[in-house]
Amino acid sequence: MSAPAGSMYSDAAESIAAELGLRKGKANLEVFAATVEELASKDRDVLAVVSDSRGSGKLGPFGERYPEQLIELGIAEQNLVGVSAGLASAGKKVFAVSPACFLSARSLEQIKNDVAYSDNPVTLVGISAGVSYGALGTTHHSLHDFAVLRAINNIYVVCPADNYEAREAVRAAAALGTPVFLRFGKAALYDLGSEDEQAFEFGKARVLREGSDLAFIATGETVIHALLAAEWLKRSQGLDVRVVDLHSIKPFDTDAVVAAARECDAVITVEEHMINGGLGDACASAILESGLSGCRFKRIAIPDEYTVTGSQADIFRHYGITMEGLVESASRLLAQPAAVS
Amino acid sequence: MPDNCARRDGELYLKQSPMNYTDEQLKLKSLRLRRSVLKWVKHAGAGHTGGSLSCIDILNVLYNRILNVSPQDFSSPDRDRYIQSKGHSVEALFVVLADRGFFQESELETMCRYQSHFIGHPTRKVPGVEQNTGGLGHGLSIGVGTALAAELDKKAYRTFVLLGDGELAEGSNWEAAMSAAHYGLDNLTAIIDCNSLQIAGRTRDVMNSEPLGAKWSSFGWSVSRIDGHDYGQLTEALAAPLKEGQPSMIIADTIKGSGVDFMEGVGKWHHGVPNDEEYSGAMAAFDAQLSELEGVLS
Repeated sequence: MSAPAGSMYSDAAESIAAELGLRKGKANLEVFAATVEELASKDRDVLAVVSDSRGSGKLGPFGERYPEQLIELGIAEQNLVGVSAGLASAGKKVFAVSPACFLSARSLEQIKNDVAYSDNPVTLVGISAGVSYGALGTTHHSLHDFAVLRAINNIYVVCPADNYEAREAVRAAAALGTPVFLRFGKAALYDLGSEDEQAFEFGKARVLREGSDLAFIATGETVIHALLAAEWLKRSQGLDVRVVDLHSIKPFDTDAVVAAARECDAVITVEEHMINGGLGDACASAILESGLSGCRFKRIAIPDEYTVTGSQADIFRHYGITMEGLVESASRLLAQPAAVS
Repeated sequence: MPDNCARRDGELYLKQSPMNYTDEQLKLKSLRLRRSVLKWVKHAGAGHTGGSLSCIDILNVLYNRILNVSPQDFSSPDRDRYIQSKGHSVEALFVVLADRGFFQESELETMCRYQSHFIGHPTRKVPGVEQNTGGLGHGLSIGVGTALAAELDKKAYRTFVLLGDGELAEGSNWEAAMSAAHYGLDNLTAIIDCNSLQIAGRTRDVMNSEPLGAKWSSFGWSVSRIDGHDYGQLTEALAAPLKEGQPSMIIADTIKGSGVDFMEGVGKWHHGVPNDEEYSGAMAAFDAQLSELEGVLS
């Protein structure tokens, strides 16, 4: 089941998206499935390993076309990751696909030991990540995955913001040869454009919009809201707002984050993750360590509380992860005086 | 007698084995290996002594009669895979790998020291180690993965996984057990070093894993139960023709601390370093046995 809910885009947000020429694409999950199938059609070593998750991973057609390349392990995420590590150690290019909530918690020790520590090059695909499962509740939310995986050596953590990034991330992960965690949601996403100008590369942020009055540093499914808020702030207050799309939580693009803090009057981080240990904390550390002080800074994330119930859209709205919510946070932050440094 | 075995002087050996050791020669080797385990544990001042001594005969037979692995060819995709899921018995693995020439035994002088790769659990930084292990309940899943890869690639290599009986309380083992049978992985053999003891006491008191045979059979495995210190039984079980469509489980009954009289069957030697008196007594006993056996063999 999925959450019965309205769009997380208000009419105003929809019309700004249209005026910016942004087109609604597919869910990243669907792009993942299509890309992995494309890879598998050319290379018999490409495998999708699933834990009764072929349906939720949109891999049903893949399994029909390439039955030998889809390994079903049943509802057993620890075994899913351990077996994937063994397959990868024997030369297979493995995508281990399971809901992010289970993959990054139930099988965390297998990720730490059998994949990361052992350097078995598995691509872990956390599907229906963040609060994609909305009303299914906290058991099905993954709001901890950035935090726990950031604390593990030798694994990339990547959260694509649109279909282009999803496709490129899957291809890059298959070619990388070291462990990766890819995080995909299931909502249809706007294509954010600029793919011709800035090639996708792990560890390299994409600056979707230049500006110096404020910077939004966002990741994954929240980036579109930051982009729309930037345009709203331009129209309503004449502000030039930078939007940094930080798809790679690890490796982390310290230069892009520090540049945003140095060149902009304030920084707001936005993520579909618990406020502790995620993108915002990573940015705060990078900015402080760069020697900058007095940077006005705000983290927008899911707070450390019993998560509100509802659809992904409801939860985003509740915690201000929408165009309107981000405009409000920006206005409040910019109204604060800069600290005396 | 398994097809791939022959007898010489009444003893089984694997036809493909490059070494063709007799049981008596393996016994001599085991004595030396046990002595080495004790020596390096004492030197390092740390180690999982009891479990290393209980599984050493299993490793001796694996590495000297069964496994198609060699230091010269360890990167071959066709090598057999040995995964030590009970990673804490790493001292046994180290001395066996050194004996097989993967590295000089003198390198063990650095064991557990600053910047040494010879740490308290297997890591691939040590030549000859197939997988990093240490957390229990991981090795069998990894073994299912390498066995599945062999099936997909139509390769003939086999995968062997060594488990502990205490380790079987980890639920992930049973996820792996189910999947190995589901995929009919007859190229996968697991061995339980069933020494009946774990840190807190007897396995049957801490968390009873018996009846092991019935459990694994009901999970769809082909099961045998043998004396884990008997070279003939170990060889026969490990070299037995594969049961088509079924993974194999060898429950090897062993004695924790085997070969050192005051350690045998005593739980506290799960990890423990003998004091100077205990150490010199044990080494003197080993030396006496060695000179006797060397005399017989020469």
